[in-house]
Amino acid sequence: MSTLHTVNKSPFERSNLESCLGHAQPGDAVLLLEDAVVGVLAGGILAGKLADAAQTLKLHVLGPDLAARGIDPAQVVAGITVVDYGGFVDLTVTAKAVNAWL
Amino acid sequence: MAYTSNGATIDADEEGYLIDINQWNEDLAGQIAKDEGIAMSPEHWEVVNFLREYYSEYQIAPAVRVLTKAIAKKMGPDKGNNKYLYELFPYGPGKQACKIAGLPKPTGCV
Amino acid sequence: MDEMESGIVKKFMFVNRKPPHGTVYALEVLEMVLISAAFDQDVHLAFLDDGVFQLKKGQAPAGIGVKNFSPTFRALEGYDIEKLFVEAESLAERGLSEDDLLVPAEIISRADMGRLMGEMDVVVTA
Repeated sequence: MSTLHTVNKSPFERSNLESCLGHAQPGDAVLLLEDAVVGVLAGGILAGKLADAAQTLKLHVLGPDLAARGIDPAQVVAGITVVDYGGFVDLTVTAKAVNAWL
Repeated sequence: MAYTSNGATIDADEEGYLIDINQWNEDLAGQIAKDEGIAMSPEHWEVVNFLREYYSEYQIAPAVRVLTKAIAKKMGPDKGNNKYLYELFPYGPGKQACKIAGLPKPTGCV
Repeated sequence: MDEMESGIVKKFMFVNRKPPHGTVYALEVLEMVLISAAFDQDVHLAFLDDGVFQLKKGQAPAGIGVKNFSPTFRALEGYDIEKLFVEAESLAERGLSEDDLLVPAEIISRADMGRLMGEMDVVVTA
């Protein structure tokens, strides 16, 4: 059983995502939602860091928040899974604990 | 406050602007106009329909100045001027026509 | 408005740094901009850092229960607000380009953005 980490602040503005990735344990799940989704574009400067993190963590991004900001799932860094609200619930119930990096 | 149209209750704010633009219909527009002391003519409808198109494109109710200019551009200077629009809507084409069209009160309008 | 009525015209800049929809900042600034148009001032809009996402094409926030106000940026022209500036570095850092923008805007460097800010009389940043 692993932990689900959620991050909802822009990684360009706050260090929440960086700190989360630095503390999450191998096998943990990470879900980016709300303003945090702005960091997931494949052409962006965080792409490398996210691709590295995806080697040991299960990275996810919330689809409705991507759509809200006009980001096509095809633009998302490879290795990050797009989930809907149902997927969010599944991640929550299968996790041992949820750590919200507010 | 609220209106009743075709048997349904339609919520509005304290000044009579609809809460949900999607609940608008022509019968309701006639009712709101009547409350404002306006008998809807084809000229009134032309402005109301223009406002609804503007809102659907830009998601805001335009300021009067912007509305006047946009009407002038589409229908010509005979209609796109303050005199013509205030004759149709004496208490202001922004306030009155927006209310009849089911739009929110124009941004910046007090 | 003629010269007698218009009074002093100041250079205003509204600086947008936040992405839309997650917080209310972007919408509030946009409303401020629309109101400022009534005062016939020299209004400039700047989009930098995450603020560049406010002009992203294809925004569809119905799924998160938020009104899509992005079409309102296309109405600014009718309000005579046509000085829109987007910072090139901010776009690039986020994997975006000029083609992603829903309105025409001047793409300028961070250095030029800084200089432009320095030329303003009033700067409001959110």
